Amino acid sequence: MTDTPDWTRSKCRRMRIANIGTSFLKRSVGLMALLPGVALADGYPEPGEVGLQAAATPIAEEIVFFHNWILLPIITFICVFVLALLAYVIFRFNEKANPTPTRTTHHSGLEVAWTVTPVMILVVIAIPSFRLLTHQLTMPAADITLKATGKQWYWTYTYPKDQGGGFEFDSEMIQAADLKPGDIRQLSVDNEAVVPVGKTVLVQVTAADVIHAFTIPSFGIRIDAVPGRMNETWFKAEREGVYYGQCTKLCGKDHSDMPIAIRVVSQEKYDAWLAEAAKKFASKDSTPLRLADASAAKQQ
Amino acid sequence: MSANIMGRTQHHEEHGAHAHPTGWRRFLFSTNHKDIGTLYIVFAVIAGFIGGGMSVLMRMELQEPGIQVFNVLAQILHGASPETATDAAKNLYNVTITMHGLIMIFFVVMPALIGGFGNWFVPLMIGAPDMAFPRMNNMSFWLLPASFTLAVISMFVEGAPGMKGFGGGWVLYPPLSSNEGHPGPAMDFLILSVHLLGASSILGAINFITTIFNMRAPGMTLHKMPLFAWSILVTAFLLVLTLPVLAGAITMLLTDRNFGTTFFDPAGGGDPLLFQHLFWFFGHPEVYIMILPAFGIISQIISTFSRKPIFGYLGMAYAMVAIGVVGLVVWAHHMYTVGLSLDTQRYFTFATMVIAVPTGIKIFSWIATMWGGSISFRVPMLWAIGFVFVFTIGGVTGVVLSNASANRALHETYYVVAHFHYVLSVAAVFAIFAGFYYWFPKITGYMYNEAIGKIHFWVIFASVNLTFFPQHFLGLAGMPRRYIDYPDAFTYWNRISSFGAYLSGIGAVLFIYLLYDAFAKKRLAGDNPWGPAATTLEWTVSSPPPFHTFETLPVISGSDH
Repeated sequence: MTDTPDWTRSKCRRMRIANIGTSFLKRSVGLMALLPGVALADGYPEPGEVGLQAAATPIAEEIVFFHNWILLPIITFICVFVLALLAYVIFRFNEKANPTPTRTTHHSGLEVAWTVTPVMILVVIAIPSFRLLTHQLTMPAADITLKATGKQWYWTYTYPKDQGGGFEFDSEMIQAADLKPGDIRQLSVDNEAVVPVGKTVLVQVTAADVIHAFTIPSFGIRIDAVPGRMNETWFKAEREGVYYGQCTKLCGKDHSDMPIAIRVVSQEKYDAWLAEAAKKFASKDSTPLRLADASAAKQQ
Repeated sequence: MSANIMGRTQHHEEHGAHAHPTGWRRFLFSTNHKDIGTLYIVFAVIAGFIGGGMSVLMRMELQEPGIQVFNVLAQILHGASPETATDAAKNLYNVTITMHGLIMIFFVVMPALIGGFGNWFVPLMIGAPDMAFPRMNNMSFWLLPASFTLAVISMFVEGAPGMKGFGGGWVLYPPLSSNEGHPGPAMDFLILSVHLLGASSILGAINFITTIFNMRAPGMTLHKMPLFAWSILVTAFLLVLTLPVLAGAITMLLTDRNFGTTFFDPAGGGDPLLFQHLFWFFGHPEVYIMILPAFGIISQIISTFSRKPIFGYLGMAYAMVAIGVVGLVVWAHHMYTVGLSLDTQRYFTFATMVIAVPTGIKIFSWIATMWGGSISFRVPMLWAIGFVFVFTIGGVTGVVLSNASANRALHETYYVVAHFHYVLSVAAVFAIFAGFYYWFPKITGYMYNEAIGKIHFWVIFASVNLTFFPQHFLGLAGMPRRYIDYPDAFTYWNRISSFGAYLSGIGAVLFIYLLYDAFAKKRLAGDNPWGPAATTLEWTVSSPPPFHTFETLPVISGSDH
């Protein structure tokens, strides 16, 4: 079901650089190869970016393809068409060019045409749209389960015990004053969630106080964190790197200061991190660990 | 003649409300649809400057990354100390986005289009002497200043702990709006404010429905009624059907906050998403409530200045009915990311896409009305043509967002902000200005300076596109809305968007000058400044119209469309 053809994927990746404004000129040039300095592995917005962020999962690739190759051309064409009609009537039917107006007020053929044509355009949009929707919402078998809890104003990530975890930790934004070289202001966090590359990760999302939203643009996922409700989404990151997102449901004062950062690493590095993190986050305080264990076990 | 006057004097003694009071009594006690319409328009203009001023402040803040404007504002407005200024600034920003939304929707666009132009011109267009319930009309208006006062008070009392005002967005989602997020009285003030404005709109809507169904002049069949009256009729039905649902939702919120109920609290078996369903059952038709009267105004203006009757009248009228009906069953497309099931998302995607069809009929019928016409580019027509263009842009991004699949990438980003500002802040406001320039000579009797009007149009046209078009790019790149601070990568387009907002500010100053000029020069407009194609009944009475119009009902002849 995520079997997007390979040609689609490579095209989508190129679309990231060949953005909306220039895509139609540059898309055939392998621009990616010309820009070695761009860290395409990571997921964050580029300065002045005008299109969707580079896709890092099959779902995001499908979204990028759907938007850039189906929706965008259609809506651009409609706008240009309406603008052209307006320009024509302005020049052809102004009071100087056409002093005597016609009295035409009906034309059944035309009226049927501009009812039926939009319907057909919508069908063209709806077919890929519904296919993508099904892909997004059909949860594949998960390799890893990760629980993200939105809180005012940070995220707590819980790794269940039965997959080598049994700990949870808070992930807070690094304040501007504490940024180190390489950090991104408003996006970098103190503790990133770590997942292995190429594995299907099921994310269970909830909130402890008010509604938050768990969003990672380059993964193509966005799901609300609602108190009293366990929402699910999933991703399968195809490349190693750090992928950033932000809370996208207004949650109070520090709404803009609770970013999401997921570090995608190789399986070996993930195993090593898991072992280290289990010690690091367990040793902090034993009491919350037992509580975390219990809740994590209940989730499974 | 004298017998006639005698008769009228007697009439006055019997019904005191029909007297013609002067001074402040004329407006405070007014039961006259024209005076009440004027009150609505003046109220909308004042609220528009407040809500618009808020948007300029927000664009000043967002011009550069970091927090540099609202921390100063918080110290001035809320008396925050320099140490707490950053936190107070973040809260004040959230309060400002909330109030900007509420003010623009409920105190600017709706009062201008429905209360203002609707009150003034629905009775005139259908040949009725006044609205069906003149006293209720008075109440309908005067609830608004009361509601606005409550909303302003809410900005200066405690909301979130230690903070002032309610900063949870105009959608008022719990638990942020319940005791969890905002335990202070700010939210209670806001709930009462929304209750009052809701009551105001329901009363107004009942008045319009009754007037249009019962008080049309002889021969004015529904199918001969001007499209503006049709648009107000459909709008009024949407208001009557949906506002009670909003009132119910915020009443449940009020009892959750104050009386221990748990409608929206999962700890007591409630569900925060219940509120969202109830809110958007009102909230989505609300956007059509704002744009349908705009459709009506644009139809009148395009017909007048193309010197042609509207193309496909019946299609235009029933397209509005269709938009209204389908608009009632698409609400959860605002909720694609809350965890709706696959089938639910499929249905709402499908239903939402359907709305594009009647909307397309409207766009093409406007163009077909101009086609073959003899168009004169007077100021109202510039706004109307501008409306068709910007509404198309806002409409097609709406088709993008209707797809639950693509919406996943764009929900709660600046793409959505760009979309709804193109259809509301740009298109609906273009229609308000179009209507204002079209009917200003009728309402006041004076003609404005045509050249300043045209400059005003071009300045606003350039500025709104400069402000809102770059926001599509920000949204695609992932910038969330309702953010006071953003990663530095978003700086470029934010800066351009802010410059656009400042240009709008210049446009607003031009508009004030135009008003001053028109009232100072007192150029008489005449009964009908727009020529023979202005066929609706308001152009048959004097400018300004007499206090009471159509004491003898006009008789409308001719066949239906």
